[in-house]
Amino acid sequence: MRKRSLIPILYIAFLMLPIYWLVAMSFKTTGEILSGFSLFPQTFTLDNYRVIFTDPTWYWGYINSIIYVSLNTVISIAVALPAAYAFSRYRFLGDKQLFFWLLTNRMAPAAVFALPFFQLYSSVGLFDTHLAVALAHCLFNIPLAVWILEGFMRGVPKELDETAYVDGYSFPRFFVTIFIPNIKAGVGVAAFFCFMFSWVEMLLAKTLTAVEAKPIAATMTRTASSAGYELGLLAAAGTLTIIPGAIVIYFVRNYIAKGFALGRV
Amino acid sequence: MRTENQKAWFFVLPVLLLVAFNALIPIMTVVNYSVQETFGNNVFFWQGLDWFQQILTSERFHAALGRQFLFTFLILIIEVPLGIIVALSMPRKGVWVPVCLVLMALPMLIPWNVVGSMWNIFALPNIGLLGYFMNDVLGVNYDMTQQPFSAWVTIVVMDVWHWTSLVVLLSYAGLVSIPDAYYQAAKIDGASPWKVFRYIQLPKMKTVLTIAILLRFMDSFNIYTEPFVLTGGGPGNSTTLLSIDLVKIALGQFDLGPAAAMSLIYFAITLLVSWLFYTLMTKDDAQ
Repeated sequence: MRKRSLIPILYIAFLMLPIYWLVAMSFKTTGEILSGFSLFPQTFTLDNYRVIFTDPTWYWGYINSIIYVSLNTVISIAVALPAAYAFSRYRFLGDKQLFFWLLTNRMAPAAVFALPFFQLYSSVGLFDTHLAVALAHCLFNIPLAVWILEGFMRGVPKELDETAYVDGYSFPRFFVTIFIPNIKAGVGVAAFFCFMFSWVEMLLAKTLTAVEAKPIAATMTRTASSAGYELGLLAAAGTLTIIPGAIVIYFVRNYIAKGFALGRV
Repeated sequence: MRTENQKAWFFVLPVLLLVAFNALIPIMTVVNYSVQETFGNNVFFWQGLDWFQQILTSERFHAALGRQFLFTFLILIIEVPLGIIVALSMPRKGVWVPVCLVLMALPMLIPWNVVGSMWNIFALPNIGLLGYFMNDVLGVNYDMTQQPFSAWVTIVVMDVWHWTSLVVLLSYAGLVSIPDAYYQAAKIDGASPWKVFRYIQLPKMKTVLTIAILLRFMDSFNIYTEPFVLTGGGPGNSTTLLSIDLVKIALGQFDLGPAAAMSLIYFAITLLVSWLFYTLMTKDDAQ
């Protein structure tokens, strides 16, 4: 038993090493980082974080990212709920083909779509808005949300629907007040995955924005290229990008593993 | 079980419209570029299938495709078994389970460009923890900015670090769904640990493993941001994977026609391989 728990411990240690290094860097000055190797910060500094929290171009990067990620999560879940219900409860013309086609959108490399997306969203006048990024991320998040929610909905017996109709519930009222509370966990898991994939995707987010809705990634690359490498600042900015994800994952920790397991392939 | 109801289409309609807006219009734009030539000013000439022919016969494309397949192959061959091993050795219940799951999921929640930069500063010789350890403690000559082999090791280890947890989480979800009675029966029959794995755990993990392998295939085949930030495709072209090469052609050289043709070939390969995986792995279920 002892020997077996060694494997997860070693694995987690391996995962934590680069993260430790990033966090350690963020408390060093750029001069110290470049001057050579040191396992711990020799001159502990909070300056890197001070810069980020006082410079609007920095902290607005985070705010912009959080705005479009939240917007994307809400849109994805809102449209995926009825669709997943249809897939789990009814057979209709082309349902299997439609389901597979939705999944194929996860297979398209984002690099393929970068340029056409830029043209598309420019032509409809959404370029450099939070909505543009939120809608673009729907490409891969909606299929995922439908996939996860459908799995959870199939676990709810059909008798629930029928009883509700007999009791005189209208469909919208049944759906919102009875059905959705029944698959709370599924909604949580789907929302978590939407949040995660929208938060980590930066190529499209960068392509579709310029100033107003610029994500944190764009701010980071700008700093990296101007004035040499501000490594300490970059590390602090990177450390801060881990926090939103860590908070979200803490809330859904008991459901994450279940999320994909219930989905169908 | 499911009833026939064509009105269900109304439920699917919002999803259909949103995804179609995002998928069909851009892909048609790409198709459009792929058969035309432009010299600027929005003037286009019909080019037929020339770009496709040019890409399919170009050595540069073959080299990038070869590197891409090698990368994806290495990723699958390392991450899938490693993920299964870690999942098997995790405790089934107890206070440590959520702690393990949260810590393991952490790398997946870091933006991809940050993953690239953090591995960059982690692996740099002299100042990075990994670079320092390899060169100054182990005495191995390791420099990912100069040696293609070091660069390859770094991008593969980075991806293992980034995504193995997905396999772990999915396998683990499959494992905890096995009722205790199965293990008790195996114990009574005196089954060896290998037999338990082969005939109880592996079949139960099959569905989730299919999802894991498919997701890992698609995502590693389409990978762009992390290796681009880490190595920029270098040294030389040694880590220029398909997406990196594609962006170089499309945005670096602004050769829209060839880039579009390459996008479509790329997408077709991804679809084809995913479909092959999918049919191979679900073959037994159909019978």
